[in-house]
Parts: sequence; structure tokens; C-alpha cells
Amino acid sequence: MLLIKGGRVIDPAGRRDEAGCLVLENGTVKDFVPGDQSPKGFEGRVIDASGKWVVPGLIDMHVHLRDPGYEWKEDIRTGTRAAAAGGFSSIACMANTKPVNDHPEVTRYIREKAEREGAAAVFPVAAVTRGLEGKEMADFAELAEAGAVAFSDDGRPVASSLMMRRALEYAKAFGLLILSHSEDAELCHGGAAHEGWTAHRLGLPGIPSAAEEVAIARDILLARQTGGKLHIQHISTKMGVDLLRMAKRAGLSVTGETAPHYFTLTDASLEGYDTNAKMNPPLRGEEDRMAILEGLIDGTIDAIATDHAPHDDYVKRCEFIAAANGIIGLETALPLSLGLLAGGKVTPGRIVELLSANPAQILALSGKGSLRKGADADVTIIDPEAEWEYRAAEVRSKSRNSPFFGWKLQGRAAATIRGGRVTHSLLAGVAADA
Amino acid sequence: MEWKRRHVLGLADFRVEEMEFVIDTARSMEEILTRDIKKVPALRGKTAVNLFFEASTRTRTSFEIAGKRLSADVVNFSSATSSVTKGETLLDTAKNIEAMKPNILILRHPASGAPHFLSRFVSCSIINAGDGANEHPSQGLLDLYTILKAKGKVSGLKIAIVGDILHSRVVRSDLHSLGRMGAKLWLCGPSTLVPKEMERTGARVTYDIREAVKDADVVMMLRIQLERQKTAYFPSLREYSRMFGLNRDVFSLAKEDAVILHPGPINRGVELSDELADSEQSRILNQVESGVAVRMALLYLLAGGHDASH
Repeated sequence: MLLIKGGRVIDPAGRRDEAGCLVLENGTVKDFVPGDQSPKGFEGRVIDASGKWVVPGLIDMHVHLRDPGYEWKEDIRTGTRAAAAGGFSSIACMANTKPVNDHPEVTRYIREKAEREGAAAVFPVAAVTRGLEGKEMADFAELAEAGAVAFSDDGRPVASSLMMRRALEYAKAFGLLILSHSEDAELCHGGAAHEGWTAHRLGLPGIPSAAEEVAIARDILLARQTGGKLHIQHISTKMGVDLLRMAKRAGLSVTGETAPHYFTLTDASLEGYDTNAKMNPPLRGEEDRMAILEGLIDGTIDAIATDHAPHDDYVKRCEFIAAANGIIGLETALPLSLGLLAGGKVTPGRIVELLSANPAQILALSGKGSLRKGADADVTIIDPEAEWEYRAAEVRSKSRNSPFFGWKLQGRAAATIRGGRVTHSLLAGVAADA
Repeated sequence: MEWKRRHVLGLADFRVEEMEFVIDTARSMEEILTRDIKKVPALRGKTAVNLFFEASTRTRTSFEIAGKRLSADVVNFSSATSSVTKGETLLDTAKNIEAMKPNILILRHPASGAPHFLSRFVSCSIINAGDGANEHPSQGLLDLYTILKAKGKVSGLKIAIVGDILHSRVVRSDLHSLGRMGAKLWLCGPSTLVPKEMERTGARVTYDIREAVKDADVVMMLRIQLERQKTAYFPSLREYSRMFGLNRDVFSLAKEDAVILHPGPINRGVELSDELADSEQSRILNQVESGVAVRMALLYLLAGGHDASH
């Protein structure tokens, strides 16, 4: 038995935002008791969450765990520890491993290793096409049986419109979801940075906004044609947000995510050819950043996901165009998202939707994303006031590729609980369970 | 003025007085080149390494001659491959060369920002001899010097630059050197190769070579690369030449005393007519000549040699 008392319990899926005590037992939420007093006769471990928010465990639906195949960058053990430290009790991992997660054996390997060594629940996303090659569809139903929660060729977008059509159409019959890294590879060929003034000035080959927009439009139209379930990954452009808004108005089954760097940074960060500002899609212009914020506020964008992409130092310690794409994000996503509160247009409840309730709903993760009675005992205790500096030396991930080192951040996960076990704690007197 | 710069990575952050200082130094270097014995001991015992990851004859030779005129030891290291393709990383190559204790690394690399990147890791000076589509600072300075010699000033001159603006590192350096000196710059070429955003530099963009050349004091033509045709930037060299090439007819719109520049190598009959390339108005070989003096000045200033002119 575990009691979390004195906190502000924010659970939008359970329509709750009030002070109260949460009782966890046998891996599930047993009860909610209003007020800040322990329920009479409670015997067990007590965590004092006074002044903190108590929210359903955060879920990052876009993570690269690099395991199997690139374990020197990250593995399931370190990746899930970084997740726990960042407040995440669940993560979904992409299929671009080696071997690619296009076979039930790989899916099972990930689930079993996560079960043994993971500090967070790991939900594998399997490939849409075998080897991410865009030619033959992966065995969706078998992969789903093995535990895949969705399908994506993230990192290597499905180039063929016909293949995407078939994938959406076939997945639909099993109620399965396609996550799309929507990008026209030909349009962004050779590009290394957002095509705009900064890239022109620095002489960097550009990736036009249209590379993303054309592909999002195509995928939305294919979802309309087939009735398939589609989720657009890492939206970075203004028109990308507009297209998603339009699709929702048309009543299509389409959702979308963005990453903290797209609402925090712009291509101005490329100055000095900083390879930690290199990712795909690239950091865009200020107008795009504002549109992403608008999409987060008005509900167009459903989820914030990190696209946590660990890379060893030397693939970033090189010329800009040769550098690998991506940054780590698990340990900075929450504070950067809490930064949205500053504008006054985003509520704490909305943050919880974006980081927990909605990802759970999109990926249909039963028991996750809410603190209703009977839900999984996954809880994140957030200290919204904590001021801290993000330092490379303290990173739990194996990799150190982040543009945010040295940033003074506000808010962080004071504790993370998964299945009733404490996986991370900065709270005095509360130790993480081994 | 006191020279404080350790590297010459680009002209983006060069102040006007620094550029003038380089030009003044180049003037005294040029005097050396008129002597019978064209060598002074200014950089004796100093070593400069030409580290070139892209084919280049004139820039490499120009730096080599500039160094030798100052008695520096100049070593050439050319590599057809770079870390962009395969093999040893750029940083490892540079570190290996640095271990041999050169004073100056002269770097030509296909990746924009490569010299900026290396400058954070090596202790010797770096001169950027062209990085991707970013900058070619010594070219920007020698263009400035050439125009000063031809026109006596840069401020207020209409200077048209015609060609592949998008991929040109020469243009990006010239925008700083000529632009900061007060030239009225016009950028011209097919719309696929001239980003409209370049107007944010203060330059004017036009897709009509006649508008660009009209009343110009200086017309600079850029080499057009055949590979751009293959990647659909324009339909054919024939059409390119007709619409964006400089010939007598178009050049007649420029001021009577206008001069022609070209950073080379020229595609005769494509961007520049054969006749104009060799005409009296051409200052193309003067650019090459000024180039040695400007590069001597840069090597001299960076290696901290004693006064070479006396």
C-alpha cells in the first residue's frame, strides 16, 4: 500500500483537479480521498506531495531506445531510467533498431527486456514496412499479437503513396494505428536545416516546409480515402498544424504530436553550426513555432512527444551537414512543456492531457493516462516550482546530445511511480525502489 | 589598428576597419611582388598547411605562392574524400596535422561551417579557403581590393552578381565585404538559384540580367555548374546562357567604364562570352593577381610576422 497525500491531483481523463490523497495498492489506483489528511486507519508507505501536482504517469509516445543494435547510444535499461527521471512511466519506442522491429521476435525481445530491466513500461512500435524499406508491409497482426501498439517507419518515411494507402487500409481491419513520419524525402534531399533565411545565410542546404506539408496532406487524404487511423509524428510547420486542424474539422480519425524543441527553439539556434540544433524535421522559423503553440493551446495538437534520439558524441562532433539528426529529450520534456503555462493560455490539466491522457488514448494503452479507480498505479509527482539547471554530467541517458545544457529550467518530476513502485525520486525521505 | 584575430573563418563578423587594414597590408605586400627578388623573410620558420578536401587549383596555388613569398614553409594536403563521405573524420585529420605543429591551417571543405567547427578544437590559426556554400573570405577581400584598384572606391557603386547565388560562397563573402563598404549590390540568376530571402542582406534580387547590368559599375559573373542542370535548377546550359549569360549586347547596358569580374574558372561561352572574357573591361586576371597579395596579408597578420614591407 502506498499513499500519496497533500498534493493537487490533476487527472483530466477522470475529470478531477483537487487536493486529495491517492491510495495505490497491488499495482492499481485503489482510491481517491479528498482533503489533505491521511484516510483513517491507513497503514503503509506515505509520500508527502504537499505543494506538488499528482498526475497520471507521463507517457512519451515517441522514443528511440536504440536497443537492439545501437546499445552504445542507449539501451532499454538506460533509456527507461532517463524516462523515469523525466517523469515518464511509459514510453513507446520506434522501430528503427538493428534489426528493425519488423518481426514479432524483435517486439518480444523489447518487451521482455523492458519487463526485466526497465524502469518504465515500454510499448514497442513496429515497422510499417519490412526493414523500413517501403516495399513490403510488415506482419501487422502478428506484430500486434507480440505486443506492438502501433506501426511507424519513423526515420525513414513511407515514400510510396500506394504503400501508405495499403498500410492504412490493412491496419484498419485490426483497429491498428499508423504513426507517420510525414516527409517527402525527395523534397528534402540533401537538406540539413530549415530552408529559410538562417540556412541561406549560413550556406546550409535547405529542407523546405513543403517537404513536411506535402506528406501530411497526402497522409491525411489517404486516411480519408481508407478510413484508417492515422497519427502524424513530430509536426514542425505552421501549415502542418493547419492541415491537422482541417482534418479534425472534417471528422477524420487523425491525431498529431509535436516535440518540445519545436515550440521552444527556432532555426536561430543553428548559429555557429551547432550540431545539437540539427534534427529532422528541422527547427523551423518563428512563425512555425507560434503556430505550434497555437495548436497546443486550441487542441489541434494532441500530444507532446520527445523524439528522444540518443547519439554518441562523435556523430555530433563534426561538420554540420555530416552530423546525425536528433537530440535526447526525456529529461527535459516536462520542464519545457511546463514553460507553456507562462503564456496563461495553457492550464496544468492541458499539460497532463498532452503528456499522459492523450498519448494513452491514441495508443489505446488500457489502464494508463488516468488516476481513476482501478487504473494502473502509474503516478508522476510534479514540482512545478523547482528551479534547476540541466547539466550534461547528470544525464541518465547514455548520450549527451542536447541543446539545452546550461538552461535554467522551472519544474520537474519530483517522483515517478510505475505500477506502485517508485522509479525516481527527488523527494526528501522517499527512496526509489531498487 | 591592432590585429587581434586568430582565425579568418568568414567576413560575417569583419568590421570595416579590419577589412581596410587587410587591404592596406595587401598593398604593401603587392609592392614586394613588383621586386626582382619576390621574397621576404617575414614568415621564416612558420608553417602553413593547405588542407584541401575539394579540388582547387587556383586558390591552393595562390595561398602556396603567398606563403612562399613570405618565406613560410607551405605544405599541401589534399584529400578527395572527406568525412562527409567516408574514412577518417575531419577532426582526426586536422588533429593529426596539428600534431606536426603548423602555424596556420588553410582549409577548403565541402561542408559549410567546417572551419568554424575545427576552430573550436585546434590551437593553430585557421583560414577558411571556402566552406561549402558559406564563405570564401579571401575571395571576398580580393574582390574588394580588385574593385578598389579599378574604381578607386566601392561605396555607391552598382555591382551586379549574376549566376548561382544559392550555392555560392563567393557571394556570401562579397555581400559582407562589398556590402559593408557601401556598394549597391544586385543579385541575379534563375529564380531557382536566387533565393528571394537574400534581399535581407540589403541586396536587390532580380531575375532579369538586363535590369541587373543596367548602369552597373561592376558585373561579376559566377561559374555555373553543369550538375545544377541535372538537379532541375534550370533546363539547359543553352537556355541558361541565353537568359543569364553576359555578352556584348547585355554588357552595353552597363556604365561605359564598367568592369567584369569572375572568381573562375570560367565556362567560356556559357556565363561569359569568349570575347568579353578577354576584353579590356575584364579584371579577371587582376583578381588572381590581387589574390596573392591579399593572401600574403592574411598569412602575415595571422602568423604575426614582423613588418614585411621594409
